[in-house]
Formats: sequence, structure tokens, C-alpha cells
Amino acid sequence: MKKMKKFMGLALSCVLAAGLLAGCGGSGSGSSSGTAASDDGEQKWIIGEIGPVTGPVAVYGQDVADAGKIAVDEINAAGGINGYQIEYITADDEHDAEKAVNAYNSLKDKGMQILVGTVTSAPCTAVGAVTVEDNMFQLTPSGSSKDCIANDNAFAVCFNDPQQGTKSAEYLAEHFPGMTIASIYDSSDIYSSGIETNFEARAKELGLNVVVTEAFTQDTATDFSAQLQKMKDAGADLVFLPIYYSNAATILTQCNNIGFAPTFFGCDGMDGILSMENFDTSLAEGLMLLTPFAADATDDLTVNFVKQFSDAYGRTPNQFGADAYDAFYALKAAIEKADLTPEMSASDLCDALKTAITEIEVEGLTGTITWAATGEPDKEPKAVVIKNGAYVSLES
Amino acid sequence: MVSFFTYLINGLSLGSIYAIIAIGYTMVYGIAKMLNFAHGDVIMVGAFMAYTFISSMGLPVPVGILGAIVVCTVLGIVIEKIAYRPLRKAASPLAVLITAIGVSYFLQNSALLIFGSDPKMFTSVVPFQSVPIGPFLIPGTTIVSIAVSIILVTALQTFIYKTKPGQAMLACSQDRDAASLMGISVNGTITLTFAIGSAMAAIAGVLLCSAYPSLSPTTGAMPGIKAFVAAVFGGIGSIPGAMIGGLVLGVIEILSRAYISSQLSDAIVFSVLIIVLLVKPTGLFGKVIQEKV
Repeated sequence: MKKMKKFMGLALSCVLAAGLLAGCGGSGSGSSSGTAASDDGEQKWIIGEIGPVTGPVAVYGQDVADAGKIAVDEINAAGGINGYQIEYITADDEHDAEKAVNAYNSLKDKGMQILVGTVTSAPCTAVGAVTVEDNMFQLTPSGSSKDCIANDNAFAVCFNDPQQGTKSAEYLAEHFPGMTIASIYDSSDIYSSGIETNFEARAKELGLNVVVTEAFTQDTATDFSAQLQKMKDAGADLVFLPIYYSNAATILTQCNNIGFAPTFFGCDGMDGILSMENFDTSLAEGLMLLTPFAADATDDLTVNFVKQFSDAYGRTPNQFGADAYDAFYALKAAIEKADLTPEMSASDLCDALKTAITEIEVEGLTGTITWAATGEPDKEPKAVVIKNGAYVSLES
Repeated sequence: MVSFFTYLINGLSLGSIYAIIAIGYTMVYGIAKMLNFAHGDVIMVGAFMAYTFISSMGLPVPVGILGAIVVCTVLGIVIEKIAYRPLRKAASPLAVLITAIGVSYFLQNSALLIFGSDPKMFTSVVPFQSVPIGPFLIPGTTIVSIAVSIILVTALQTFIYKTKPGQAMLACSQDRDAASLMGISVNGTITLTFAIGSAMAAIAGVLLCSAYPSLSPTTGAMPGIKAFVAAVFGGIGSIPGAMIGGLVLGVIEILSRAYISSQLSDAIVFSVLIIVLLVKPTGLFGKVIQEKV
């Protein structure tokens, strides 16, 4: 036993010593990264990206990382930002808050000056707590919870959940006046209930005729028969679905079973329903969704981006990729606006960018975007409808 | 009134699924005297097997179901041999309960690794859609589930009370030591119980996903717990009780969702369990066993 203790003590001190050394190494590279000199001595922007490229929502992180690469390559080919090239470094967070903070620290050790990320809300909020301490500028492409942009160094490209609810109500009031509306949301999910609460409030203000509001939780997300029957009985002719596509697929199947065929209207969580394994996509025919990006849009920017993306990666990008692409062009515009150089420290860059980003207007894939000092973007959502098994823009 | 009956039918649909799961739960409990918390996850494995055989490999439906039953039976036997048997003599009955929870998570996470977390759409194995009776549409899966649960209850009752291995099961459930003194292989009998229970889990999995087509590694977890409630409600250990318990529970759940609140339906279901246990601790059909001193 005594021997054991001695051994443990030795082991512990080894670990501590190693920690100390690692700490020194970390701060050492941290101070040198202030000037962001890369190996060949040339000045570069070092922009980091964090997102889940493995794990349950890998499809989101993968698109962000890949679309970011496309944007960086384009910007570099066109001469970089203010004449300096971008070095693009990425890390995986597996949609886990703790791993995201570790990923952030490792990117910081590599000299990151600006963070594009993280991709999903919970890790983004966790990383946000660290970036505000470091005064590191953070632009999340797709973290939609309001907590992601709670600090003044954090901005978002995507709509946040409350905004989606408000915008949906406004869209319905404008395009479907006089419809009898029902809605069903996931009360166990912050994304869904966040949209629903704000949708309800705005719908009331606009005088929309919402007759039934139903809920479910992830534990009861298999059987919607009672809720759907209620909607059918109430004579709803439009059903609002502020939920993720996997639940929506079940709802569409069960509506079909009971012969209930209203117009379905969803938010960005519906993106992905067509690629669900073994789902009868004919059931989604006519489903509308409000999303900032439609891959089939015919403007030059979208056509060019979608072509590059599918040539490089063999798949069609989703809105997460589009948000990431816009994030890099927003950074470019803001850096040029404030006339910054990579010699500046991350903290100085952050202070300058905080103001600069509110003064720019970016013509992006997800619309014309401007930012408020709160970190919220302002842009017009696009409505997309599913026609012949593909997403088609409603406007145009 | 029309909508009330529609809700009632929906309730029976849900209840018939709970019933099938609960029968397996209660049978294993009744004979092996242990709560197999992994039962819900064996159901999930059964559904995934059927999905793989039928949707991915394109085998005919009966072959697919049979394949799922075989895989689950083997899985049940293996789980019993590796995880439960070594602990049967353990001082505390808690040990095997905790192992069962461990097995449950093991199965869930293995499925997560193999099949991924994105839900799959299961194609119903029931060849007919809905049968109209008067103004009501009765879903095909409901008819099949209720029929299958009645068949299973009858078959199990006959098996347990009329056959030699069944009698051995009864004997083991009453007194293991005495049974082994009478020349009954206790281990063999319990293995057989798990084999039958897991085969039934495979059938339950196929029917569960035919009725509610979204299939993911956590598919079995909540229905498993609800079916456990149904089994306790009907009197744990009683096979007809499990069936009635399942049907009643399904109806309660749907009616409370329809007439009280869709947010509160689960809270109501579990309150029912608490009330039943307070009023009738042995459940509807449970036997009071007198402890001899």
C-alpha cells in the first residue's frame, strides 16, 4: 500500500510537471502568434473554424468546414484580405461543449486570430464564454440560440430561433392571409420551443388565425395521432412545423395515413428531409420552408458556389455551408472596412471588428446581410417549396 | 363523438404495441424474477435487423422477420449467459438490475456506432393500409398488433401450463432450489425464457416500427419503459394482465393528449402508475404472494 502511494505521488508529480511545461509552451506560442508570422516569415491571417465533422450532426459541421475552404481559396486567389493571404485552420468538436472548448484552445495555440464558429448552439455558447475572456472575435455561421451571441464579441450569420418564429409569422401574414393555422412543436427542444413562442406572439399581433397549438417531446415523438386528429377536427388548412426534419417525416407519414392534407410550413430545421433514408419523399411534396438559402437559386453567386462545392465534394451544400461562405466574406468586408493588418493582436482585431461589422453590408448567398451591435444579422428569409422531390425557390 | 372513437382507436393502436412489449417484459420477470431493462433495446435491435434484411438487403418480408427473430433470440441467450447468469447468485438482486441497465446502454450505443444517429424510415410490414368500419378507419397495424398480442398471450399460456418445459418454467418461478432438486435444469429453463422473451421482442420491434415508422437507436427506450409501466399496471408476472395493462395505458395516453394537454401526456401516464400502485400494489391481475416465515 505504501509503495502504491509513493508511486501515485511520483505519477502525480510527473503529470503536474508535464502540465507546467505544456502551459509554458502554450503561452509561448500564444505570444508569438500575436504577430501571426507563419513559418516562412510572411504575414498571414490565421482564421480558425470549429464544428462537428464527426458525431450525430456531422453533416452540419462538414458543410461548414468545406464551404469555408471554398471561400478561403477564392479570397486567397483574388489576392487575400488587404493583401494578406488567409491560413485556414479547422478543428472538430463532435457537437460537444467540452470538446469545443478544447478545440478552441488548440486553435489558439496555433495562432488563431479570428474564430468562425462554432457550428451548433450548445458548443457555441460554451466557446463564447472563453472567447469573451480572450477578447477573440467570434462569428458563428449557424449557432442559432440567442445565447451564442450574448457577448459583444460574438456575431451570427444565421437567424436566431426567435427571429425565425417572427419571420415565419410575418411571411404567413403576407402570403397566406385568412388561412386557418395549426402548429405542432417539440416542447423538449430549445430550438423548436424558441421558434414557437415567438411565432405565437407575432401571429397574435398580426391577427393570424391560429386555432390549435400542439406539443410533443422526444419521448413521445413516434405517435402524433391525437395531435393530428385535433388539427384535422379544427379544420386547419395550414400546419406550422417549427421542428427538425426527422420528426416532420413521421408527422407527414401519419397525416397521410389519416387523410389529412393541409399545407405544411416549416423553418430551417426542415432542411434535410429529402435526403432521409427510406423516406417517401412524395409525402413532402408541396412542403414549404423558410430558409435563408436555396441551393437551386439562379443568381450567379449561388450557381457558382453550388457548382464549386459539388465539384469539390460531390454533394449539394445545405444552408450551413452557405452561412459559412458568407461568414468569410463578412470578415473580409469588415477587415477591409477597418483597414486592419495581421500584425495586430487578436484582441485589437476584435475591438476593431466589433464596430466594423455593424457598418458593412454583405451581398451573400443567404441574402443581403447587415449586423446590429447585438450580434444579430438582418436579412430577408427565402421561401422554398418542395416540388418533384427537390427544393425550389418560391420567389422569382 | 366521432372524434372520441377515433381517439379511442388511436389509443388502442398505441396500446396494442405496449401490450406486445409488456408481454415479453412480464414473462421474463415472472419466471426469471428479474427486470430485464434491456428488453426495450432488444426490440430496437429486432427492428434494425428487420430494416436491414427487408429494406437494405431486399429480402422478402417473412424471411426478414424470421431473420430478426433469430438474431434477437441468439442475442437474448448471449446476454443472459454473459451478463445475467454470473450474477444470479450475487448477494444483492440489485446487481443484476444494474447490469441490465448497462446492457441497455451497451446495445443503444453499439447501434449508434453501427447504424448512426439519423432516424431511418421503416417500411410497414403489414400488407394492408387501413380497414374502414363505419365512419372509422382502423389502421392495419392496429388490427395485426392486437391479433398478434392475443395469439402470443394464448400461445404462452398454453406453453407454460400445458407443456413440460412450461411446467419447468413455472416450477423455477416458484422455487428455484426445489425445482433443481426435482431434476429441472434451472439455468436451461431461464435461458429458454430469455430466448422466448427476445424472440417476442423482435416481433414487437417489427410491429412498433410498422406503426410508428421512425427508427433510431433510442427507438426502444421509451416504449420499453411505458411497457414496463403497463406490465406493472396489469400486475407484473401476469401475461394476460400485461396485455390489458398495455391497451389501457395506450388509451389513457392518447385520451389525455387529446382532451387534457399534449404537453402533459407522459406526466399523466406515469401518475397513473403511481396511483395504481398506491391503491393496488400488485397491479390489476397481480398475485399476492404470502411470505412464509
